[in-house]
Amino acid sequence: MFEATELNRRNDTRQKLFKLGLGTMTGLLILPVILILTTLIYKGAPVISFEFLFTGPTKGMTAGGIFPALLGTILLVLVALLASVPLGIAAAIYLSEYAADNWFTRAINLAIINLAGVPSIVHALFGVGAFVIFFKFGTSILAASLTLAIMTLPVVIVATRESLQAVPMAFREACWNMGATRWQTIRRVVLPNAITGILTGVILEVSRTSGETAPIMFTGAAFFLPLLPQGVFDQTMALSLHLFVVSTQVPNMPEHLPFGVALVLISIVLLMNSLSIALRMYLRGKKKW
Amino acid sequence: MVKLSVSNLQIRYSGTTALEGVNFDIQEHEIFGIIGPANAGKTSFLKAVNRMDMFDPDMRVDGKIVFNDVDVAKIRNVYGLRRRIGVVFPLPVGLPLSIYDNVALAPRLGGQKNKAELDIIVERCLTRAALWDEVKDRLTSLGSMLSGGQQQRLTIARALSQEPELLMLDEFSIAVDPVTTMRIEDVLKELRKEVTIILVTNLVQQARRLADRTAFFLEGRCVEVGVTEDLFTGEVQDQRTRDYVEGRFG
Repeated sequence: MFEATELNRRNDTRQKLFKLGLGTMTGLLILPVILILTTLIYKGAPVISFEFLFTGPTKGMTAGGIFPALLGTILLVLVALLASVPLGIAAAIYLSEYAADNWFTRAINLAIINLAGVPSIVHALFGVGAFVIFFKFGTSILAASLTLAIMTLPVVIVATRESLQAVPMAFREACWNMGATRWQTIRRVVLPNAITGILTGVILEVSRTSGETAPIMFTGAAFFLPLLPQGVFDQTMALSLHLFVVSTQVPNMPEHLPFGVALVLISIVLLMNSLSIALRMYLRGKKKW
Repeated sequence: MVKLSVSNLQIRYSGTTALEGVNFDIQEHEIFGIIGPANAGKTSFLKAVNRMDMFDPDMRVDGKIVFNDVDVAKIRNVYGLRRRIGVVFPLPVGLPLSIYDNVALAPRLGGQKNKAELDIIVERCLTRAALWDEVKDRLTSLGSMLSGGQQQRLTIARALSQEPELLMLDEFSIAVDPVTTMRIEDVLKELRKEVTIILVTNLVQQARRLADRTAFFLEGRCVEVGVTEDLFTGEVQDQRTRDYVEGRFG
């Protein structure tokens, strides 16, 4: 009674074919990642050393380390975060918890989505016009970071809003019924349960920001600086731009050096992504409902 | 004394009438039952009483609801109104806080910071909700991890922590086992000495067991209000009420 019919067999063959096909596609997908990483490690690892990470470039950047660029990237990301995280979270809380669903809110949401779609070079030109020239910050860490902040703002807003909306409506209603104001509800019930998602979004933003080149190259990142920046109104070197410079702009560059820079940059990104995944897994284990 | 007085109440959602023609008074320390099939307007009625229409832009309430001799539509401090009215939902909502924090939340919202006072409130409310013995050794574990029946009693404890004058229960036994249901019903019988209770229920017999008087809602209208026992012994004016309590529809 359980013998396979012709139709059963045909269905089974078909499903095996599809499984194979879909699996192959997935394999192809991770192939570039593996190739990039192995190439970078194979060619870049030999130059990585304590000196490489913690000294400045010498001999027209063909020797020495990348410390000013590494420090610059960290500074740029930090200042960008200081600007975009409070602003983005505040906006997301307003949009998710307070704003009525009307044409104005929908227009704002549309604007945020469009902001996420603006090419980074356009953000760069906006940064030059707004921060470098209009606000007279000059080409500086501040101008570059604010440009990065505006570029990553949609990511923070969308991540925060989605985490807030993942908190069940019933929790809010239970609170309101107890006589809590909207803010008391947000503060005591909604935010504590959304904070994990918000943090993940912020960390992903860090990983994205640290690799951006276009928005900073006109607004604050320099080709080469002999001194470290002394404040936010100084220019700085940055890893992403440094990679571009040592790969294409400097003659007689030793082959391994650009790979070393790329390896450091991608390590930062991967480290941040792993941190975000680890955090998410840890907090999901503590999920409260 | 009249605790809640409703006259000519009409509730609409985006122009569609959900409930109209509601007129009755609820006496202090009374258990007032509301029975009726789904979509009769029972939950909308509760939302109108504690002004939850504020959070629903589509919901419009006309007519008059007077609580403690005050027209609720004219109350500016709606938070003060809601603090005096405890609500229990059909599905238990254990907030993702510890058991202790669940019950201490309402007093804290009201500004109570004294740990000793909070301890007393938490123990008293959990005891009255018949949950204390089961959770007293794990007050720090999550309220949302309790079983359904326990969560519903936690919800009742939380409502009691507001020290409400009016307790509104909306089909509280829908997700609760029969044993827990009977325990909660016993709790309610005790509570009536202190608070007024509105019991919305889809179980006709539950209304019979608990309610002093019962209103029958049907298709957005209040068909009949009467002493509960009369509804079951045939002293009804409306044939539809008789059909419903005898299980011929709904």
